[in-house]
This record gives sequence, structure tokens and C-alpha cells, in this order.
Amino acid sequence: MHFVVCAKQIPDPETPPSAFRIDEANNEVIPAPGISPVLSQFDGMAAEAALRIIEAAGEGKITVISLGQESAQAAIKQVLAMGADEGILLEDDALQGGDSYTTARTLAAAIEKLGDVDAVFCGRQAADWDMGQVGLGLAELLGWPSAIIAKDVQIENGTMHVQRVLADGFETVALPLPAVVTISNEIGDPRYPKLQQIMRAARKTVNRWSAEDLGLDPSTVGDAGARLKLERLFIPELGGDVEIMEGESAEEQAQNLATTLREAKVL
Amino acid sequence: MARNILVIGELDGGALSSTTAELVGGASRLADGGQVSVTLTGAGASGQTDAAFAAGADRAFVNDDATYDEFRSDQWVGAAEQAIDQSAPDVILIAQSIVGRDLGPRLAFRRDTAVAMDCVSIEDSGGAFRATRPCYGGNAQATYAFATSPAIATVRAKSQEPLDPPREGASGEVVELSGAGESRAEIVGREAAVAEGLQLQDAPVVVSGGRGLGAPEGFGLVEELAEAIGTDKAAVGSSRAACDLGWYPPSQQVGLTGKVVTPDLYIAIAISGASQHMAGCSGSKTIIAINKDPEANIFKAARYGIVGDYKEVLPPLIEAVKNLD
Ligand SMILES: Cc1cc2nc3c(=O)[nH]c(=O)nc-3n(C[C@H](O)[C@H](O)[C@H](O)COP(=O)(O)OP(=O)(O)OC[C@H]3O[C@@H](n4cnc5c(N)ncnc54)[C@H](O)[C@@H]3O)c2cc1C
Repeated sequence: MHFVVCAKQIPDPETPPSAFRIDEANNEVIPAPGISPVLSQFDGMAAEAALRIIEAAGEGKITVISLGQESAQAAIKQVLAMGADEGILLEDDALQGGDSYTTARTLAAAIEKLGDVDAVFCGRQAADWDMGQVGLGLAELLGWPSAIIAKDVQIENGTMHVQRVLADGFETVALPLPAVVTISNEIGDPRYPKLQQIMRAARKTVNRWSAEDLGLDPSTVGDAGARLKLERLFIPELGGDVEIMEGESAEEQAQNLATTLREAKVL
Repeated sequence: MARNILVIGELDGGALSSTTAELVGGASRLADGGQVSVTLTGAGASGQTDAAFAAGADRAFVNDDATYDEFRSDQWVGAAEQAIDQSAPDVILIAQSIVGRDLGPRLAFRRDTAVAMDCVSIEDSGGAFRATRPCYGGNAQATYAFATSPAIATVRAKSQEPLDPPREGASGEVVELSGAGESRAEIVGREAAVAEGLQLQDAPVVVSGGRGLGAPEGFGLVEELAEAIGTDKAAVGSSRAACDLGWYPPSQQVGLTGKVVTPDLYIAIAISGASQHMAGCSGSKTIIAINKDPEANIFKAARYGIVGDYKEVLPPLIEAVKNLD
């Protein structure tokens, strides 16, 4: 079995809201000083899901692919340290920027170039733009079936069984391979690589493919090919205007809150 | 500018879902003289056309096949494609639901166009369709224009108003969709996991607990407060940190990757107010925070607050609420 894990490097989503800044002139997030970018959490979980299947089967190979800049090597190395076998960085000026469409198109071209892939594992959404469409876009471009927001994935006799998270429970779906699955946090925390694995991953070479290597016309990828045009990025007003309850004791504060809520007709 | 709009409708217990009515209402305002069409698929769909016309639709594409009662991507894409071919929409609206999260991107790639997910605002600005959606875990919002057509948006529940009053007795055109077609995915099992009684998204009051409760037992006090407010009014939610610790069921998680709630009153107890949590509750009318850290982010979103230890604040608060008449 050959699995692909798609991995994206993003600004740390746990950056405190007070340190989150936007450059409104350029519609960009300003990286918070002293906070390093990270592997998007759900992508680490996607790697975890793929690794569990390969360990249970006792055979198989994982290729981790990232579309990004030079620094995205770190995201690839992290998945390699977890246990993936090979890494590919899709990096090229023509590939920079773009939207979910160009991302899926570029990743699909890489998966087609690999040729022998049985399943693709993605995070349910990248934890920066929160769009949640690259996995489905890949499935559509490759012509494969898919299931999204999985809490468990098993593969048996060429069929993928995916337990999906619904609003009111769970549903198990069977898909013929090859297929795409997107993973949610219900799967559990990804493993921490051991020091030895981190050192081994650090020595591995990461392959690099450009738009030309992928046979992609530069006008159809990156910023040039984007279909969603970002016109404005802004920080919304929370506007709570909080009134803190006074009181000598917790009892007094609690009573004040109940009275205030009644007066404001909230309760 | 007049534009044709197609809404991918959903049934809830056999009736037009409230979100579909909201989307059709939003579509009829945006259409500006264009036609509003809606798809209705699943058992009893053709019995809901009048409800769809009253909600603002001019035309309904229906298929009563019960296989649509469960979501199978291939079938839903097929139905949507038929409706697109017959209604030539400029804009397609889908709820940000279990259906929409899958169908939106599938349809966009199938029709060689683009989708903006989880939109909280859709508008006509200067004749062009634009959609605004939260991103960066709710820290930011982004407004997009579309370079391709039709523009597709999945839209968050309660972000559009239904027509008020509805157009009672309005009529429209009914078009039958052809067969549901094959699905490559087969549904082989299903497991319900819902809290009894009042559901989170329907409750006018949501009382949520977080990691600061310190132990699963802390939810006992949170539940007591909800009971004091009224079991017919208040439901209990939780932060992801508390769910991940196994203190409360994942079905009750509020936030970006949990449920989005818009109650009249949201009470956050021992929750720090991370952007991804606020993404699920910032649409509440009034937010109350109980937190021992006066610097906690939750106080920036709250209208009322108590700075203190929940163990000391909740018992008298429960009594005080019980004594309100
Ligand atoms: C991609 C992504 C998606 C996410 N999705 C979600 C989501 O859907 N929902 C969600 O909730 N989170 C989500 N998170 C996690 C989020 O970032 C926070 O980590 C989480 O919300 C924190 O939960 P918390 O507020 O309960 O815990 P903490 O942040 O640990 O806050 C605990 C709070 O309790 C207070 N406290 C401690 N003791 C007491 C006491 N005795 N009395 C009163 N107050 C006390 C503390 O002052 C603190 O403010 C997501 C994160 C990522 C990266």
C-alpha cells in the first residue's frame, strides 16, 4: 500500500488573540514575533491515521507532500519523523499564493506523477484558512471517492472503512480504493517522534518538484490561477463591553449577576 | 443586478429545514428580480414545495427518493448538477452542514468553479456577488469575490433571515429530477450520539464548561446551573479542551470544529475564550464569563462577567437563579 499525506505549514493557530495582527493593506497575517509556524494540527492527525493502518498491516509506504515555501520543509520533516518514508516539497515561484483550487490542482498533479497511490490522507481543514476543501478537490480531480471528517479509518481487502463524525453521531462508510479521506481531531493526538526518529528525518533528503516538473501551466496555479479573490482581510469586532460584577464575596457577585440579568431581561 | 440563485435544500425530519428557509429568504433578497430555485430531495420532498415557495423560492427541483435521506456525495452532486443545468444559476447557496461541507467543494470542482466555505455574510456589492467568512480560527474574517461562475457559497446557519412574513399560499414551478444514481460510497453503519432532551443548537441558553473546571466533576455544577435556568431552556456545552480530556461528550463541543450555537444567552465557565471556541459562540446575543483570570480573552467578548473561582461562584449563583421569580 502506498499512502500520501498532505501536510501544510501554517502560523501557529494557538497564537493568543492579543498577538494576532493583520496587514490590511496587503491582506496578510503578520507573523507573531517569537512564535514559529507549525504543521497544521489536522495534518499531523492525518499522518497518524495513515501510520496506524500501515502498522496494523505490517507493510506499506507513506509519502508526505507539502505545497509551500522553503520553510515548509519543517512540516515535511515532522511527518517523516513520525514515520513517513519520503517527502516531497512542491516549491516554485509560480506555485506561491493561490487558493483551495490551485492547491488541490497542484497536489493532484503530484499524486498523479507518483502514480501508484492507494489512498490520500488530508486534515479536515487547514487551521489557518479553515476552508476544508482541498481533500474533496483532490478526490474530484483524481476521480476518486472520498469521506470527510473521520474519527477512525481502517483498510481491509481493498476497501476503506471510514467512521465519520456527524452532528448527531457517527456513520461508517465503505469506499473502494483508491480514495481520499480527511481526518478530524476525534482520531486522537498524533504521536510524538522520538529523538532518534527526529535525527533520522533531519538527514533525509526532501525531493522538490516545480510547476514544470508537474507539467502545470503557470497561469493555472498559484496566485495567477486562483478563483477566489481575497478582497479584504480584517479582524472582526468582538464588542463585548464587559461589565464585571462588583461584590465583597462570591455570594454578592453571584446575586448581583442574577439581578442584573433579570433587570436586563436576559433571564 | 438580476441573478439566478440555486439553493441546495435539506429536509429535517421530512420538513424543509430552518436553514434552507433562511437560505431561500437570503436568496430572494439577493436575486434582485432573478429566479430563486431550490432542490428538495429525500422522502416526502414533493410535499415541501409549498413551504419552499412560501420561504421565497420560485421553482423547486424535487426527488422523493429516500436514499437522499442519508448523505451520499455522488448522488447529491448528481441532483445538484441536474438542477444547475436546468436553472443556469449565477450563485449557488448550500448550508454549512454535513451535506454542505462535502457537497460544496465537490460541486465547485465538478463544475470547474469555486466555493467559499462557512460564509457568515453574502452580499451584492456594486453588482458583484461577495461572500465573507471567518478564518484563522475566528481571529479574522475574509471577503472574497469570484473569478468564475457560478459562485458557490456554503452559508452558516442563522446568518440569513428567513422571509418575514413568509409568502403564505405563494405558488411556483415544480420540476421532477431524474433518478438518484449510483454511489461509490456505501453507508455500512450508524451510531447516534446526542444528549437527551433540548439540543445545543436549539437552546435559548447554553451553559458551557472548560478545562478550568479542573476535573470532570466540575460539569456537575455546570449542569446544575443549566437545570436552575430550566431544562426546557438551557443546554450544556463544553470547550474542546474539556472534550479532549474526556470530561464531556464530543457531541457537546462548541467551536470551530464543534457546534456553532447562537443562543440568547451563552454562559462560559472556566473557558479562556480562544478564537476557535469563540468561533462557535460569538453569534450569541449575550455572553457571560465566569473566570478567575481577569485577563482571559473571554472577557473581551462578554457583556457581563464575574472574576472568581467557579467553585465559589456557581453554588450561590445557582441559588440566586432559582430564587428569581
Ligand atoms: C484547529 C483548531 C481547532 C479548534 N477547535 C476548537 C473548538 O471547536 N472548540 C474549542 O473550544 N476549542 C477549539 N480549539 C482549541 C482552542 O484553541 C483552545 O485550546 C480551547 O478552546 C481551550 O479550552 P478551554 O478554554 O476550556 O481551556 P483553557 O484555555 O485552558 O482555559 C481554561 C480557563 O479556565 C480558567 N480557570 C481555571 N481554573 C478556574 C477556576 N477554578 N474558576 C474559574 N476559572 C478558572 C483559566 O483562567 C482559563 O481562562 C481548537 C484549536 C485548534 C488549533
